[in-house]
Amino acid sequence: MSVDKATVARIAHLARIGVGEEELQPLADELSGILQWIEQLNEVDTDAVPPMASVHDQALRWREDVINDGDKQADIVANAPDGANGFFAVPKVIE
Amino acid sequence: MAEPTELGIAEARDQLAKGTLSARELTESHIAAMADATTLNAMVTETPEIALAMADASDARRAKGDAGGETGALEGIPLAIKDLFCTKGVLTTAGSHILDGFTPPYESTVTANLWQAGAVMLGKTNMDEFAMGSSNETSYHGVVQNPWRRKGDNQTLVPGGSSGGSAVAVAGRFAMGATATDTGGSIRQPAAFTGTVGCKPTYGRCSRWGVVAFASSLDQAGPITRSVRDNAIMLGAMAGYDPKDSTSAKIALPDFEAALTGDVRGLKIGVPKEYVLDGMPVEIEALWQQGIGWLRDAGAAIVDISLPHTKYALPAYYIVAPAEASSNLARYDGVRFGLRVPGEDLTEMYKNTRAAGFGAEVRRRVLIGTYVLSAGYYDAYYLKAQKVRRLIAQDFRDAYEKVDAILTPSAPSAAFAVGDKADDPIAMYLNDVFTVPANLAGLPGISIPAGLSDEGLPLGLQILAPAFDEETMYRVAGVLEEAAAFAKAPEQWWRGGS
Repeated sequence: MSVDKATVARIAHLARIGVGEEELQPLADELSGILQWIEQLNEVDTDAVPPMASVHDQALRWREDVINDGDKQADIVANAPDGANGFFAVPKVIE
Repeated sequence: MAEPTELGIAEARDQLAKGTLSARELTESHIAAMADATTLNAMVTETPEIALAMADASDARRAKGDAGGETGALEGIPLAIKDLFCTKGVLTTAGSHILDGFTPPYESTVTANLWQAGAVMLGKTNMDEFAMGSSNETSYHGVVQNPWRRKGDNQTLVPGGSSGGSAVAVAGRFAMGATATDTGGSIRQPAAFTGTVGCKPTYGRCSRWGVVAFASSLDQAGPITRSVRDNAIMLGAMAGYDPKDSTSAKIALPDFEAALTGDVRGLKIGVPKEYVLDGMPVEIEALWQQGIGWLRDAGAAIVDISLPHTKYALPAYYIVAPAEASSNLARYDGVRFGLRVPGEDLTEMYKNTRAAGFGAEVRRRVLIGTYVLSAGYYDAYYLKAQKVRRLIAQDFRDAYEKVDAILTPSAPSAAFAVGDKADDPIAMYLNDVFTVPANLAGLPGISIPAGLSDEGLPLGLQILAPAFDEETMYRVAGVLEEAAAFAKAPEQWWRGGS
């Protein structure tokens, strides 16, 4: 599978990474090269193989639904590039 | 008496216990060596004041402990910490511009365990950006130089990656050990390139809590040291169950150091035929044969095995890891921490921030990951890779029916020159051909320095073991280390303020 400039522009938007027009073609060539190399996986017959998401066989553990941590508002916003009164600030999203 | 920076962790531990060396003396000598090694660019942040305060606290604890207290496993031992581990109040960048100025308000579980065991923090080590790389050339903080150089040649070589700074701090004798992480080989490959010992334990052995995430189903922390014994001591202090990591294994922590019995008689060691690559340097093949010979001489039985899906491990990895990375790295949005580049609206602010904040390799992987997870391609790529992953894990399961451990080369070459592979992503990815399968299967592996190339560069051998059997891995590694008698150090050409 090779990807074209329009596909790169679409996935760059999905990934919210700004990519300049002049970078689209070089990126398309690069990503196509990697995807073609990856396609050797099609040589493997996996029809009867269930996908493996984790190396752990066990189910995730349960824990009591209790609050055991918190009151960290100042810590949580301490690294924010912009904020006020314990909130994060972002550009206006509602007109 | 040897320079304190030449001591191993085990030797320093004995001298500290005897009182012939203080944690402060040991730490001061490492701080001086670190300050003298800035040419190598192995450190992102040096923390000498913190180190001295921790060393003094250690000496004070030991003075009190003489009256009958418990001494931590790493009491007074100065270590370097990969910049992927969150350290409370100390800049943590993951080698990325996008984490500019990020000062975690919390400590990772692994580093907290080390401080609990008495260790001293020298600083944070340079690394490939978000641990994506095999040469330490993708760091926002610049290339890390390998202390090793080819015979009669001053060309700068890469230290491997992504834990290049950690490997260099240990090889360059300015840290006794260093934390590292391994998603596809990022501990074992730089260890092989720098003549150090690097272990990726079983997935779940070390907590991932507070470690900046790259690919969560593959990431695992481990130690880089100069000897197998030091490695076992350090892993023992790093590892352990942590309720804050849902994939942390609730399983007893063995005494890894006690596993170094020096006896491999009767053990069955597998040699996988698929690890012979076309075009692999003859000296790598020769070293592997030598390793097989050493273990046979020590009384182990050598068994030819097959891991038939080996060749598909790298392409499967380059779907799974970027997919998980594209999800994990979604959090870098210019809102909560690190860099923000303004834009007309929220979406443009995200795009500007991530365009400026991510380097070329990270952008490449996030785009690949986004693509393979996108509508219409998920089944063809991501699901397919997960199925192949199961076959790779099954290969190992079948092999461990017949053998106790597996011996392979650590990397397909010795360290290469800066810039050699920087323009060819696939050539760079092939560095991890021998290490990636263990990540996909979640198994422990260790690289030990086993010899020098014709050009005078270190080469590593890798020992793989079944899940949660680091003891067998260390036992074999110890015997191999003794037979190889590597005991070589790079010339310290970088010292003296050049």
